[in-house]
Amino acid sequence: MKILVPVKRVVDANVKIRVKPDGSGVDTANVKMSMNPFDENAIEEALRLREAGTATEVVIVTVGSEKSAETLRAGLAMGADRAIHVKTDAPRIEPLAVAKVLKAVIASEAPDLVILGKQAIDDDSNQTGQMLSALLGWPQATFASKIVIGTGSMDVTREIDGGLETLRLMLPAVVTADLRLNEPRYASLPNIMKAKKKPLDETSPETLGVDIAPRLTVLKTTEPAGRTAGIIVASAEELAAKLKQAGVL
Amino acid sequence: MTTLILAEHDGKTLNEATAKALTAAKALGAPVHILVAGHEVGAIAAAAAKLDGVAKVLSADAESLAHQLAEPFSALLVSLAGNYDAIVAPATSTGKNTLPRVAALLDVMQVSEVSKVIAPDTFERPIYAGNAIETVQASGKLVLTIRISAFTATGEGGNAPIEALAVPADDGRSRWLGAELSASVRPELAGARIVVSGGRALGSAEKFDEVLAPLADKLNAAIGASRAAVDAGYAANDMQVGQTGKVVAPELYIAIGISGAIQHLAGMKDSRIVVAINKDADAPIFQVADFGLVGDLFTLVPALVKALD
Repeated sequence: MKILVPVKRVVDANVKIRVKPDGSGVDTANVKMSMNPFDENAIEEALRLREAGTATEVVIVTVGSEKSAETLRAGLAMGADRAIHVKTDAPRIEPLAVAKVLKAVIASEAPDLVILGKQAIDDDSNQTGQMLSALLGWPQATFASKIVIGTGSMDVTREIDGGLETLRLMLPAVVTADLRLNEPRYASLPNIMKAKKKPLDETSPETLGVDIAPRLTVLKTTEPAGRTAGIIVASAEELAAKLKQAGVL
Repeated sequence: MTTLILAEHDGKTLNEATAKALTAAKALGAPVHILVAGHEVGAIAAAAAKLDGVAKVLSADAESLAHQLAEPFSALLVSLAGNYDAIVAPATSTGKNTLPRVAALLDVMQVSEVSKVIAPDTFERPIYAGNAIETVQASGKLVLTIRISAFTATGEGGNAPIEALAVPADDGRSRWLGAELSASVRPELAGARIVVSGGRALGSAEKFDEVLAPLADKLNAAIGASRAAVDAGYAANDMQVGQTGKVVAPELYIAIGISGAIQHLAGMKDSRIVVAINKDADAPIFQVADFGLVGDLFTLVPALVKALD
């Protein structure tokens, strides 16, 4: 079984982002960038399936600028076998465009399973996996917290609003990873060195014949209404009195 | 033309998220229809028909829709899309699972987690865990998910006609095997007026329940949890509040033993009053709390329960 894992380079989860004062977006210059955390869960799951002998090859793919190659190297250092960089300098690439690019990559790679993060922590869209599944006509399981591969099918436990549910999908399928799917590994130094020699192929949306022009127009990006720190009360009794006063009980 | 809302329900009752999405949908300025899809959903369709300002309820009743799987749900919505300018769903796990498929099949970009309707084609939505707000303009057919904590629910007062629909056949490549749903007598987390949330400082699943339950009982509150508490196994996944869990905006949010990571704040910072109880006076949660209480939660929370008598 071959597994394809799409990944995205995003502002690191621990960075407190800054909105540009002119409303033109979020400042990403000189900010620490990392692989989207959910994508690390996706790679980890693929690697575990390979280590268990279920999968034979783990291929990672990203759509993005020159610098996105760093994210691919990070995935290779975790243990992925090879990488595909769909290179573009487009400043904004929407989930629909990414799904179309991935569909084109899948046409030549022909994986049996696609695992990707359930959402990117920058634009928080939570769309790409679902869109890809729909475009391919493959079954989908989003927000996965457990995957069990069977013969020609897989059982996926999903985190839903009311608790958990389990689906059986015929393969090939698209699965989006939730944080509790696994605990992603850190890349060891020898593996970081080895990753530099692993194959990384480059292509482009144009070569794949995909139009990635954005459909939405971003008019502005602003700071949310902030909260300010209130007061520290001295006791539980004082807190109870304040809450009664505020009329929220 | 017209707006179509995918109703949120659990197979038995209509969820309040539907009435909140309706408030957002009405702001688009067009007549609104509600689609109730599932199996044996007559009572749910009747409840949707009573919501104020609904022009029509469509009822799609079939066994293949019983478990609200994304594939048959999106196929149904796509089959109806020609009659509508906008397709809207609350950003629940069902809405988030289904709507991007509809958008892709219609070749349009979805606007996720709309928190404000500025104009019928212009919307605000939070990005970067709510640390920035993006204003986006869409063209053509709209596919929107609605951040339900940002809208009040539309009340009753309507009497819309209910029309039964034919349901497209499903290819059965995805099948529902089972579910473990959390049973709780408490209010539902997403819509609760008061939320009591616990973090990793509770120390164990037993303590989590022992400390939080009396306070939640006293306040008739829903119980939430930080990601750390869920990861540690103190609380069920459906209790997680945060960027990737549930987003809540209750009248009162009490964070107990929660440090206040960016990802947690994303899920609760629109609450009206925030209370933090934590032994670390430097915890970031105090930066967003209206009232802070610094000290040992194991003595302070029982004391608060007593003080509320």
